[in-house]
Amino acid sequence: MGAGSAYLEAGLSPAGRSHSSPIQAAPAQVKLVALIGFVCAVVATPSMTMWPFVVQLLVLAVVAGLARLNPGRLLRGLAIEVPFVAFAFAMPFLATGERITVAGLSVSVAGLWGAGTLLAKSTLGVLAALILAATTQRAEFVAGMQRLRLPSVLVEILSFMVRYLDVIAEQWHRMAIARASRGFRARNPTSWSALSGAVGTGFIRAFERGERVHLAMLARGYSGALPEAIGAARAGRPVEWGWAALLVATSLAVTSLSWGLA
Amino acid sequence: MTAVLEVRGLAYAYPDGRQALFGANLSIQRGERVALLGPNGAGKTTLALHLNGILTPGAGSVTVSGLPVTKANLAEIRRRVGLVFQDPDDQLFLPTVAQDVAFGPANLGLRGAELEQRVQEALLAVGLPELGDRAPHHLSFGQRRRVALATVLAMRPEILVLDEPTSNLDPASRRELAEVLESLDVTVLMVTHDLPYALQLCPRSVILSDGVIVADGPTGELLANPALLAAHRLELPYGFSVA
Repeated sequence: MGAGSAYLEAGLSPAGRSHSSPIQAAPAQVKLVALIGFVCAVVATPSMTMWPFVVQLLVLAVVAGLARLNPGRLLRGLAIEVPFVAFAFAMPFLATGERITVAGLSVSVAGLWGAGTLLAKSTLGVLAALILAATTQRAEFVAGMQRLRLPSVLVEILSFMVRYLDVIAEQWHRMAIARASRGFRARNPTSWSALSGAVGTGFIRAFERGERVHLAMLARGYSGALPEAIGAARAGRPVEWGWAALLVATSLAVTSLSWGLA
Repeated sequence: MTAVLEVRGLAYAYPDGRQALFGANLSIQRGERVALLGPNGAGKTTLALHLNGILTPGAGSVTVSGLPVTKANLAEIRRRVGLVFQDPDDQLFLPTVAQDVAFGPANLGLRGAELEQRVQEALLAVGLPELGDRAPHHLSFGQRRRVALATVLAMRPEILVLDEPTSNLDPASRRELAEVLESLDVTVLMVTHDLPYALQLCPRSVILSDGVIVADGPTGELLANPALLAAHRLELPYGFSVA
């Protein structure tokens, strides 16, 4: 425990706020490690069998329940998965091998299993990521990655992204309104030149802002690295790491068992 | 007595050859509040960026409480000169307000309880002690401007340099900022073209025009001289009278 942790325990960091459940309260690095472990277990599950995915879905349901998440919102978040779904639907028609007829259509058996497995794996992965996102503040991610000893340049870049995404999005939105106010409508390729000009301007403005931010940092004594006391997450408690390990161990056990049975 | 800020014959040309300052002179004593007035493009921001060594003079010198602004002294100079930038979104770059206010003093080597106390003290000084956990982009513009001020106050500067502190502020935020500035026990150089604000807060003003200081005196007297103002593209708002 360094001097920085006293600063954090005083409630100055995002991790110091009161949280509605133990899952929200756990530091981001614990949740990140648990997510990576869980997703690896899911990906390593053999195809041609469905029960392991059901068990892993139950594991996620327990976590989501403990975090008191709204199931409807989680399901709506799954929309991000749509491109995978489209690909999965094509697989039974495109794959080769033994074919059967389903509802008058000739489909490949291997393709069906492949599609099912792909859907199950991507759904579980996306759900797990959505649960992490719903229980973790953006600033906490950055703090957690710092704690996991990711390269500091990477963490700083991410921290700037977290801070300036809204600023740049808002600027882009204002530019779009100003374009529309002068009668601009992007409807066909003739509008691409105006749009590419806007992208270029947006890039230059972001670049110039970057320079001004850097000057303002220099003015406060920045010397090339963020001081360690800034923004580091608190350490995970043994019990929190214990729960994360239990989650990963359960999903790994399901995976090994399904390999054993396969 | 040594001046807090001493600018002598300061000249500067940008790398593209455009010259912004042509030998500016300025001396500010401890405890003074001085307005640096001038039209757009007069070189006000360029001058401000010299005061803490962000820009290096082409000719002339800047000293802060006797310490010359040179590469070797930069760390101490940046503690002594607190520069508050015009756009708070340029200044506030960390995910939470408390982290951002801690950035300057942490760069000075403060840690632990001492750092935490600096953060609280600075947020209290700007009247926002409860905002530490908030994200800067969730604050109102007026609050962000005051937090930007706190990030510099946390370094306990000897002189505060404010670049256009009232730009984009609504009248209420403008008044709140004035109250905060009046409550501070610190030397202030306020770069602005907001003449009523200069009159309200700064007993003394200097006018920078075309890269040199062309007038220096009590703010009320300068603003009561229409010929002087007109010669340097400065105008009082419609209906405003100094008398």
